[in-house]
Amino acid sequence: MSTDEKQQSDAPTHVDGEWVDPGVPYHRPRRSDSDPKAAKRAERQVAALFGLSILGTIATLTVYFVQDQTEVVASIRLVNVLLGISLGFAMLGIGIGAIHWARTLMRDHEMVEERHPMRSSDEGRAGAIQNLKDGAEDSGLTTNRRTLLKGSLITAVAIAPLAVLVPQIGNMGGDWNVSKLRHTMWTKGTRLARDPDGAPIRAADVTIGSVFHVIPEGLVDLEHGKLEEKAKAVVILIRMDPRDLNIQPGREAWSFDGIIAYSKICTHVGCPVALYEQQTHHLLCPCHQSTFDVANGAKVIFGPAKRPLPQLPIAVDDDGYIVAQSDFHEPVGPSYWDRLKGTSTEPEPGTTTEGEA
Amino acid sequence: MGAKVNTAAAGTANWVDERTSIGSFVKYFARKLFPDHWSFMLGEIALYSFLVLILTGIFLTAFFVPSMDIVHYEGTFETMHGVEMSKAFESTLVTSFQVPGGMLIRQMHHWSALLFTAAIVTHMARVFFTGAFRKPREINWLVGFTLMIMSLAAGFTGYSLPDDVLSGNGLRIIDGVVKSIPIIGTYISYWLFGGEFPGEVLIPRMFTAHILLVPGLILGLVAVHLFLVFLHKHTQYPGGGRKDTNVVGLPLFPVYMAKAGGFFFVVFGVVAIVAGLFTINPVWNYGPYDPSPVSAGTQPDWYILFIDGALRLMPGWIANFPMEWVIGGYTLSMNVLIPAVILPGIFFGILAIYPWLEAAATGDRGEKHVLDRPRNVPVRTGIGVALISFYVVLVIEGSNDIVAMLFHLSLNDITKLNRILIFALPIISFLITRRICYGLQRKDRELVLHGHETGRIVRHEHGEYIEVHAPLSDQEVWLRVQHGDVAPIDIAPEFNARGVRRKGYRWDRFRQRLSAFYYEERVRPVTPEEYEESKHAHH
Repeated sequence: MSTDEKQQSDAPTHVDGEWVDPGVPYHRPRRSDSDPKAAKRAERQVAALFGLSILGTIATLTVYFVQDQTEVVASIRLVNVLLGISLGFAMLGIGIGAIHWARTLMRDHEMVEERHPMRSSDEGRAGAIQNLKDGAEDSGLTTNRRTLLKGSLITAVAIAPLAVLVPQIGNMGGDWNVSKLRHTMWTKGTRLARDPDGAPIRAADVTIGSVFHVIPEGLVDLEHGKLEEKAKAVVILIRMDPRDLNIQPGREAWSFDGIIAYSKICTHVGCPVALYEQQTHHLLCPCHQSTFDVANGAKVIFGPAKRPLPQLPIAVDDDGYIVAQSDFHEPVGPSYWDRLKGTSTEPEPGTTTEGEA
Repeated sequence: MGAKVNTAAAGTANWVDERTSIGSFVKYFARKLFPDHWSFMLGEIALYSFLVLILTGIFLTAFFVPSMDIVHYEGTFETMHGVEMSKAFESTLVTSFQVPGGMLIRQMHHWSALLFTAAIVTHMARVFFTGAFRKPREINWLVGFTLMIMSLAAGFTGYSLPDDVLSGNGLRIIDGVVKSIPIIGTYISYWLFGGEFPGEVLIPRMFTAHILLVPGLILGLVAVHLFLVFLHKHTQYPGGGRKDTNVVGLPLFPVYMAKAGGFFFVVFGVVAIVAGLFTINPVWNYGPYDPSPVSAGTQPDWYILFIDGALRLMPGWIANFPMEWVIGGYTLSMNVLIPAVILPGIFFGILAIYPWLEAAATGDRGEKHVLDRPRNVPVRTGIGVALISFYVVLVIEGSNDIVAMLFHLSLNDITKLNRILIFALPIISFLITRRICYGLQRKDRELVLHGHETGRIVRHEHGEYIEVHAPLSDQEVWLRVQHGDVAPIDIAPEFNARGVRRKGYRWDRFRQRLSAFYYEERVRPVTPEEYEESKHAHH
């Protein structure tokens, strides 16, 4: 604190109503600048840090050659810790050594350099403009006669990228058949099966209060597009006390004795709605916490979703298995621009929609 | 060092110089001065974590298989035996458990990605709050802004590559967001996924983006970013001898070669130790992607949290008013579009154009190389803190389930509170920050005028007690008065002498209002006259 003031206390702080820059503060020498012993000590410290790095590298290689990672997870964890620390020291030794060197032994007396304005000099600008003018003159583009040339060039350059981009983009969207988003694997008579083993579910096995994660029977055996079908077709099956269930108008025949099935794909942005709260009959999406009321047609009671989960009409077949009556009556999952287009004829419960695609 | 070595070095230098005229470059670069300040390291951390990403990434490409073909796992990690998974996920397990050191490199790659994005954001905040984006650095601000966006793209594409259930659900959310885009949303989704979600081409496509397109762009932009830093010469904090026309600092060679070069190894070493000690993204616990399961309490990487938070915050219904509209039979999902498309668009848009916004308010056309102390531009500092508070509300909302569990709060209450805070907190933080800045400026005035309190109490002959104040040093005074006073701009009147309305008046009027918002209420630095007056009053 004191040195600066002593050096400069005589200079005026302001002249003619303007503050005066006191200039770069006085440079205080470091210990290692004046004391050769301190400098020698700093040198030894830097060398020791570089030495630490050498040891770190040796340790890293040793761990690498000695480790036996075919063992249990615990040994992998140990190898990971040892490798990380030894590699860390191999690097830190070099880094801290170099910085310590710079701080103790290299120059720390600040220097001053002028800046030059970014703007080119007037001659420079004039020269640039002249050169551009000359070039334009040489090309003939400045004369009016060349309108055809200019027009054709601009058009050619503007549309040429299409020759590359159209095939590129055109090939990337598969078959571009976005109407697939409207349909799932569910058809009349498809049995509801457990996720992930694919075993069909009997109505008698679904006790009140229980919840099943459901896939269509036959999904696990699909050769192609298994994940795409699963991403649309997953269903959550819940049995409630029929007295608690407010069946929605027009859907009287869609559930069976308190057993009700909804699409598991959130109508917000498509996460699986996987958390069921038995006491409140609420289904919660863990991604963004949209909450659906199972007892009231899965309508939204909290969170970012707007639409209820689509309901899958179900029935029980002659063998006592739960089956679908049809596909969903609306596209499942997140909303999109034309989701309501092309579904004008809503199929009656009991009729099928297969064969439409 | 023998004379032989010197001769050899001179010979090599001559050989190269005669073919490249590198001598002039070395002359120009070697002793270039850089000012010193800890906050200038933030950008360096970003650069060095990017280098660590490239080095560890090269290792990982040797083992990762970017394929969505389905296999049954037969490797050494027993809990996954026989599980159906993509080759991408399988190769991630193999890299982790069967490649010696593979686990460490994977963890280093992920940790340095988190560090990379964090360092970029912090560096950007430093540049913002100190006004380092002002002329002539507006272009470099945009380059840096684009680098920030690219870092998010790099992070997200890499995060999704292992094809685990956590990142897979993240991709599904992206798919949902993309589908909400009017008219072309479904087609963009098909274009990305090569058909229906999840398809079979996404992992290979993201792999190409992650290891070629995005890092290629980042490398190119980093080169431009650094070239402009060299061209402009680095900004410096205010202080004695620092002017807009000079640069005060230490030479690149040897000081910053050692310091900055050494710092790369420090970043590398710290990442290695952190990766050795702390597990990150244990995909082997999550399992391979399957569209059906999802676990509670799972978050994306931190840099995506704000968008996830925005999606959680937005209600599907505001009272009885739906946020999904059907217009002429077409569906417009405002509950997705607003938080995930419009809001980030506005947020990033404000960031990108900010230098021009402030330049319009200031009306100053000179080059600015001496940084602002954040207190001296209270409105800018207030805006910066408001933007940060807005961002933080979204990040907290993005982890609301974790917050609810930690503090035993209702999840729904947190969301409801955040729906208010997202509007209220930025305004409150702006006002408070601006007030604090004014307070600090007044404190500076007081210090210049009255000096430091010494704690020494003196009693005058007539019984009056006073505390002795020690005057500030020249350097201390200069720091507090060098920035000068910025007044709101004046504009030409709307009508000229002949009563004709002039062109461009509306724009000028806007600039005038903006300028008044920035500078009407302000604390002026002490003038030399005031300083002299206070000196005489004290003696």
